[in-house]
Amino acid sequence: MEDAPGDGAAAQGSRSAVADERALPAWSLPPGAADQIRLDFAWPDRVTREWALEGATGKGVRVCILDSGVDPNHPKVGEVQGAVEITVDADGNPTASPDEEGDLCGHGTACAGVIRGLAPECEIHSVRVLGAGYTGSGPILLGGLRWAVEQGFDVVNMSLSTTKRQFAEVLHELADKAYFNRTILVASAHNMPVESYPWRFSSVISVGSHSEADSGRFYYNPNPPVEFFARGVDVELAWMGGKTIRATGNSFATPHISGICALVRSKHPQLTPFQLKSVLHLIADNMGGSAA
Amino acid sequence: MTDDSFRAAVAAGVIGAESAYASLLRSIVEVARAIFSAQRSSIFLLDEEADELVFEALAGDEEQGLIGTRIPSSTGIAGWTLVTRQPLVIENLEEDPRHSREVAEKTGYVPKGIMSVPLLVEERALGVLQVLDRPARPGFSLQEMDLLGLFANQAAIALDLLQRSRRAKAALEGGSADVVVVARVAAALDELVEDDRARALRLLEALEDVLKK
Repeated sequence: MEDAPGDGAAAQGSRSAVADERALPAWSLPPGAADQIRLDFAWPDRVTREWALEGATGKGVRVCILDSGVDPNHPKVGEVQGAVEITVDADGNPTASPDEEGDLCGHGTACAGVIRGLAPECEIHSVRVLGAGYTGSGPILLGGLRWAVEQGFDVVNMSLSTTKRQFAEVLHELADKAYFNRTILVASAHNMPVESYPWRFSSVISVGSHSEADSGRFYYNPNPPVEFFARGVDVELAWMGGKTIRATGNSFATPHISGICALVRSKHPQLTPFQLKSVLHLIADNMGGSAA
Repeated sequence: MTDDSFRAAVAAGVIGAESAYASLLRSIVEVARAIFSAQRSSIFLLDEEADELVFEALAGDEEQGLIGTRIPSSTGIAGWTLVTRQPLVIENLEEDPRHSREVAEKTGYVPKGIMSVPLLVEERALGVLQVLDRPARPGFSLQEMDLLGLFANQAAIALDLLQRSRRAKAALEGGSADVVVVARVAAALDELVEDDRARALRLLEALEDVLKK
């Protein structure tokens, strides 16, 4: 079930033609070249929920769950299109091998169920980075994220964080690489007074919890670093052995935003992470006084 | 020996006692249990060398026999809290019989609901604090989650301080004999009450004068 490298995002089509045709990166725009980077994407006069989401199912969007694995047989999760386990060598180079074990603790299955509930036709790919102990968890997390970014997933759900400063720089590089590669990283914010990553980076979409029982409702936070609040309290979740549980935590708010990103991406595949974040801001429930 | 390391050594002799460490762990779980009016609270601490979580303290039951039980560092709710660094609350854990059985074997108690929070100090994870079976009430609030995080932060800072002094003490005990004697004297001095302490200090100052000559 391993994903083929380079089997990229659903839509790569609008990437700059100038950049593709040259051997050198486009550091500057030559005279008369403006036509070559003309953007044909037709934005509406006003970005609304209907424009962003109506009729969207997540179809064609590849969502990666960077977590403890995903139970492929759970009715709330449905089909899992890919599942790998990440191991790293002494230099931190990741290897992805087929994962036959499913979920080791329930966390990844819970996240996948939320995403499936919002975006029923998206592809779900499990990348297992948790479960091999605490000591090696940092390098495996980095290796898993590196692998996921290389695969060009459309959305990567990270309901986890690390406090290790030694990993912050590499995580930052990977987050930026994803951002420019059109992969949307959605990461859980920390509601504890410690420095942690990658949610603090501006190239990811960071998520905290609101306490309303509405999975489609989310708010833009005008006071970052947490950028969005989604449903994270008393959420019914897929669990091990086909069960469901109710749980609270930013870990479960995060896949709500991942699911909404998958919906927007499926309807508007050409959106870059920066544009998609802007769309989320424009359709948030507190935007323009629309929060009742 | 520099002044700083001398002070650290003396401090270690005074506060690094095992009894103080056990008292702190016990106090953390008792306060956590009281804050949330819960049935139980427990602490797992990370043994990094063995890559295991060790069940260290428990409030809410006299049965302390399972203290010291070890689990792999990334399994169960405790392990998951540790490796994701994310606090979480689960309300109906009895729905997961596999988990219940595992937990029962390790801790002697099967919770219905669990609040689990990592103990983090700067970039290090020390372990996991859990609060079990607080009273069921509708509308679990995010303020409770924040309170759990704040309390876990304070507990982690205190634990970290004591763990550091334990390590300093261990290093000290493996060090030179004269430093050990000084730390022992400092610890003994610290335990004296006012008058005795004043007399002991005068004696030590006199000794210092003699040694300087």
